[in-house]
Amino acid sequence: MVIPGFDNTAPPVQACGLLNRFGSNIIHENLDFTLKSEEILGIVGGSGSGKSVLMNTLLGLKIPEGGKIYYYGCDRSRLNDRERAAMNNEIGVLFQGGALFSSLTVRENIMVPLREHTDLPEPLMCELADMKIHMVGLPAHAATLFPSDLSGGMKKRAGLARSLALDPKLLFLDEPTAGLDPIGASAFDNLILDLREAMKFTVLMVTHDLDSLYTICDRVAVLVDKQIVVADRLSEVQNYPHSWVKQYFGGPRSRAAQTAGRI
Amino acid sequence: MADAPTYNIEHTDRQIKLSASGDWTVTEIARIDQKLRRDLAPLDYDTVIYDFTNMAKIDTAGAYVFARAIRCKTDGCFDYDLITTMPGHRKLITAAAEASMGQAPRDPRHWYDILIRIGEYTSGFLSEVYDTLAFLGRFLVVFVKLLLTPTRIRWKSVVFLIEDIGLNAAPIVMLLSFFVGAVIAYMAASLLASFGAQVFMVDLITVSVLREFATLITVIILAGRSDSAFTAQIGAMKMRQEIDAMTVIGLDTYETLVVPRAIACLVSAPVLAFLAMVSGIGGGLLVAWSGGSNGISPILFVTRIRDVVDPVHFFVGMIKTPVFALLIAVIGCRQGLAVTGSVDSLGSRTTSSVVQAIFAVLTTNAAFAVLFFHVGI
Repeated sequence: MVIPGFDNTAPPVQACGLLNRFGSNIIHENLDFTLKSEEILGIVGGSGSGKSVLMNTLLGLKIPEGGKIYYYGCDRSRLNDRERAAMNNEIGVLFQGGALFSSLTVRENIMVPLREHTDLPEPLMCELADMKIHMVGLPAHAATLFPSDLSGGMKKRAGLARSLALDPKLLFLDEPTAGLDPIGASAFDNLILDLREAMKFTVLMVTHDLDSLYTICDRVAVLVDKQIVVADRLSEVQNYPHSWVKQYFGGPRSRAAQTAGRI
Repeated sequence: MADAPTYNIEHTDRQIKLSASGDWTVTEIARIDQKLRRDLAPLDYDTVIYDFTNMAKIDTAGAYVFARAIRCKTDGCFDYDLITTMPGHRKLITAAAEASMGQAPRDPRHWYDILIRIGEYTSGFLSEVYDTLAFLGRFLVVFVKLLLTPTRIRWKSVVFLIEDIGLNAAPIVMLLSFFVGAVIAYMAASLLASFGAQVFMVDLITVSVLREFATLITVIILAGRSDSAFTAQIGAMKMRQEIDAMTVIGLDTYETLVVPRAIACLVSAPVLAFLAMVSGIGGGLLVAWSGGSNGISPILFVTRIRDVVDPVHFFVGMIKTPVFALLIAVIGCRQGLAVTGSVDSLGSRTTSSVVQAIFAVLTTNAAFAVLFFHVGI
């Protein structure tokens, strides 16, 4: 399926003048945002600032009340159903809890997108699923386990494996390291870096993990006052003159993560 | 349009050179997977050189198939080298080659699986019966203790539950009972007319509705409506660790969840059964009246009930309902508390909750019938 207007060199995601509101409660207003190709961008913002709403909007789960979203130069609202489905195959999502299908084993979970969108023979699909399981660092025997038998960290890895099933060009991660212990979290960070090197995808992640921000994000976008006020390298963002940004990056936790990142 | 993936194998000495061209992507790769496997199988080699020079596109699926040359030989480790300009290719091939090391287990099926399943179901059934009886016992202990200190009963939730279980169910129970009464009346009218004994249909309708049907309709609605709700509510609480939180805070789950539901059922079921009796007889009365010239007038109907129907039938029907109500509440709550973390278990527990409740109610009802027959009422 060839998507008209698809431009590999255009930014993977671009939002122009986005407006989101629930009734009279305005979440985002005039929000502009661009994701660069093959970067890892972290979105930060206070609780209730609309990070999840923004992610759902960028994913197409929520239709914005105003503004436009472009994927690789294509206007999302002008794609027809088939083109939109083809575009969705270029996008992988890791939801916060993994969102694995609880009635399927890990291997079957990873095979779902393959089964739906390719005509691969069953044994090859199994092998590819097992390869993805290996790539995300799960033990081989995890393939036949059900999601309820997995720990939180394993669920995230399995969810990541499923989101990578079709080799997406664009990966959305919703708090990928939340709820993991520091060792597991930094292993997960390194996993994302390694996979990016091998698979060349662009990552947009919502995170509160300061260590992740310092170690793997190329750029950080700050969502306050219904807008992305700044999206830049961390050193620039830290000096941005806004009280919330100063508080966020000036707190003791942030300083600790920063020194740890330097060592 | 994507280019079909193609490849070329040069076999020299103990080394093969595998040159690829075209798109080696997940959508295209199915075409050559089998062929590559067949071509590689007879070859004998211990070094592989991958040539990426003409490769248009590759993703992890392509790399996996490409790396099969390393993998399909199982004896020991292989040397491989890449001719490429992109460092990403090496990463991909390495990842794909490593994937072969941890072969995932398959889950095989055996001919004796059927025996295993029969065994599992049998032992599962026995332990279900045992667990339900144990739960009933523990519940009765807590229940009696609470009855001795009635201030500790959570009356607020009891009242709320009575509204939900009793009041809200009243219309549907009455409607169904009305229909059942009417159906019995039609049946009796056509059967008894051949003897010219239509007036006995009053006896038939009243006795069957009072003794059996009103009670059964009530408890079957309760089992389908409230018992499944108990399991789903408590099961969802269990999944979200609310039950664990209650235990840690020091709340007894039997006291807070099971007993209020049981009391609400105990109060609601007899009231519902009474309403079902009234509307069931009402349904019969209407049908009997509508029988034209052979019809039985409402006055005759009621007089005949007063003259010939023994009030003991009413008490037989009423005495059974609290027992059924208790069974339903206990089974619903037990299945809810037996839910584990997965969505599947919530579904299967809700199903078995309703099935068990109806099963328990109908078997107990049969036991009552035998008992009353021997006692002679």
